[in-house]
Amino acid sequence: MSLPRQAFLRGCRDALPFLVVIVPFAMLFGLAASEAGLHLYEIMAFTVTVFAGASQLVALQLLQDQAPLLVILATSLAVNLRMLMYSVTLAPHFGAAPVGVRAAMAYFLIDQSFALSVAEFDKRPMQTLPEKIGYFFGVVTPIAPLWMISTIAGAVAGRAIPPEYALDFAVPITFLAMTAPMIRSLPHAVAAGLSVALTLGLAFLPYGTGLLVAAAVGMAAGAMLEYRREKAGRV
Amino acid sequence: MIDRPQFWLVVLFLGISTYAIRFSFLGLLGRRPLPGWLQRCLRYTAVAVMPALVAPAVLWPVATGGHTDPARLMAALATLAVGMITKQMMATIAAGVAVLAVLQYLLV
Repeated sequence: MSLPRQAFLRGCRDALPFLVVIVPFAMLFGLAASEAGLHLYEIMAFTVTVFAGASQLVALQLLQDQAPLLVILATSLAVNLRMLMYSVTLAPHFGAAPVGVRAAMAYFLIDQSFALSVAEFDKRPMQTLPEKIGYFFGVVTPIAPLWMISTIAGAVAGRAIPPEYALDFAVPITFLAMTAPMIRSLPHAVAAGLSVALTLGLAFLPYGTGLLVAAAVGMAAGAMLEYRREKAGRV
Repeated sequence: MIDRPQFWLVVLFLGISTYAIRFSFLGLLGRRPLPGWLQRCLRYTAVAVMPALVAPAVLWPVATGGHTDPARLMAALATLAVGMITKQMMATIAAGVAVLAVLQYLLV
């Protein structure tokens, strides 16, 4: 078996544990979207076009609040800004690949393909470009189709779940569960805490625009604190 | 009720701009590095945006008419605590859901 093929299969295998997260999260989106009154073809157009679950849930919430277009876009894009970091980090690894391949990779650049690829290239730095490409696509091969299928499953199941189950709270719990493990240093805790406090304080502003201010302040505070701690030699 | 023209505009623009973010350096800008201060800020986007996004729903849930609900509040705090300690997303979700279910059963 060729090395790129081995790398591809290694990617597939490494992605499997993440399906435990992907499947319920996709179902949650399908469910929330169908409860919001969207048709299956609309839900699937949304999920295929954007392919970024957290921002889709945010946009869905704001669409239901009748927020203005610019507010919806700014808030959901803020959630996706982390992918700029992913794009920067992967560029040196894939810069020499044909532009068509990089264009396809960009579509599949999600949390899991980024995190697993970076860990893999760190672990096996001698890999050739075809092996790296093989690994990256290996990771998304089980994840992307299951994301789509689970979205459909959630959308269809949504109509069958009675409203007395506190489903309104599935999104807050999921978002907190996604971010809590990322709070691994004091700057992270400060960024999160300040942003939460300011968002609540600015809740009188319409359509969650206070969140945009609060998140920017929280990010800047986290970055500044990190910088100071680094300068003080406590990384 | 979701306004359909608005919905399709969001799908279109969110799709294009999310793709542009993903393609940016990988596709066009190559090895050119981001300025250090921006890289530093980007490390904090997820933790600054996502908890703040759900904070109002935790304190003032629409489902209870905007009144603070002890079950939902405790479930959110439990989720946060378990997530920070275990770093395991699925275990964290399970813990949050379990606390919410038990408290709703006990408090009703």
